[in-house]
Amino acid sequence: MSEVERTGTSRVKRGLAEMLRGGVIMDVVTPDQARIAEDAGAVAVMALERVPADIRRDGGVARMSDPAMIEGIQAAVTIPVMAKCRIGHFAEAQLLAALNVDFIDESEVLTPADETHHVDKFAFETPFVCGATNLGEALRRIGEGAAMIRSKGEAGTGNIVEAVRHLRTITSSIRELASATPQECYQLAKAHAAPLELIQEVASTGKLPVPMFCAGGIATPADASLVMQLGAEAVFVGSGIFKSQQPAIMAAAIVEATAHYADPDVLARVSRGLGDAMRGDEIDGLDVTFAERGW
Amino acid sequence: MVTAAPNVGVLALQGNVAAHVDKLAALGATTTSVRVPDDLVGVDALVLPGGESTTMSRLVELAGLFEPLGDVLAAGTPVLGTCAGLIMLATDVVDGRSDQRTFGVLSATVRRNAYGRQNQSFETRLALRAEQWSPHSVEMPDARGESGTRGSVEDADADTSAADAMTAVFIRAPRIEVCADSVTALAEFDGHPVLVEQGSILGATFHPELTPDLRVHRRLLDKVH
Repeated sequence: MSEVERTGTSRVKRGLAEMLRGGVIMDVVTPDQARIAEDAGAVAVMALERVPADIRRDGGVARMSDPAMIEGIQAAVTIPVMAKCRIGHFAEAQLLAALNVDFIDESEVLTPADETHHVDKFAFETPFVCGATNLGEALRRIGEGAAMIRSKGEAGTGNIVEAVRHLRTITSSIRELASATPQECYQLAKAHAAPLELIQEVASTGKLPVPMFCAGGIATPADASLVMQLGAEAVFVGSGIFKSQQPAIMAAAIVEATAHYADPDVLARVSRGLGDAMRGDEIDGLDVTFAERGW
Repeated sequence: MVTAAPNVGVLALQGNVAAHVDKLAALGATTTSVRVPDDLVGVDALVLPGGESTTMSRLVELAGLFEPLGDVLAAGTPVLGTCAGLIMLATDVVDGRSDQRTFGVLSATVRRNAYGRQNQSFETRLALRAEQWSPHSVEMPDARGESGTRGSVEDADADTSAADAMTAVFIRAPRIEVCADSVTALAEFDGHPVLVEQGSILGATFHPELTPDLRVHRRLLDKVH
């Protein structure tokens, strides 16, 4: 019996995304933070040089992180390590794949490198996650090979309102598609500017072809519960943990709240005495909205 | 004679719960999401899904589930553990965290992430050990429509008979390094057991919930009396 091993198939790439369901993926900038995240029960960490709140504050061009920093975090923990490349920057993605990161986030939090094209994600064995604000954007990214979608929200604000808007937009479009006739799918593909076969798949299954996680603005256990109840399958927490007053305690509380997202008693217990969450910004006062990046 | 559909408790604190629920529903079982001890009441079998074993261990502990779920397992309730779920069943874990706990009911030493990182994750076709697979455990597979599964190995589902090869997806998979004589290998890969059985316990280092093949879940339900 020949034993052919195939790496990097869609099933293998989407499979890791499916295993992260119900979990919390935490942004970390040092090996120490990565250990705090793992201790708190994170399912994965996102290795980056600055959390989105600091990228927002500092301005300038935000790029892929230093490989040495990513390797330091890989050495510090046993859970999957993700890293971000700029939108369309396939050379950064190639570099991250060579570093053997477990997932690449083609992220609007970094400054886009290409105003027209996203990375061809089928060209990689490493799975990709991409952000989306609506169903069409999500399906375009899946059509390019993304193995996971995260609703974008507005990273680095500690304000959940954009994440809620994006999740609700995606889930209500999915519900609309699920009741569409085959004939209506052609028009809906045009309206969402999405590949017809993916529109047809969502219409028949009533869900995205890949897991949908939520990012951008989660700062408390209740925020995590909210987005899980709105249909997110897991959460990314960026600035919300290490910009809070007591990161280790906040991290553990968000992990437990995500696992028991529909249980208000657990939510009340873990939310007591957390200290200050990250400060947070009004969306109207922002100079740059990351969610607008990507096409 | 009408018998009630078996009720399978799926540990639902973290991991790929949905795929197991779909499989079990396709086989006519009902499922209960297990998050707190009370959820264990009335379950006829259990599934510990794939996910992140360190996270799962911590959440099981925080939920106060180690003792009550361990009691249910000790009573001989059939259980299937896949990947992280297999780690949660094993007596010994290598390359885990020092504070990682398991139920310790499957007499095996399991190495976490033994094949490497995600880029080393793979799918393959497994030869099953024919003498361990009787014809009655054959079930026609479901039709799981998926887009863009380019490059996947052939599923060859339509003519699946008892001991035909099985497609297996390994994701940052563990490896069974050593196991007791009482543990039977139902399938092996690269010289190591990857699907094992010990009395009421079934364990896979891969993910039978990610492929259309229903044989592993059928085998779990066959253990329910």
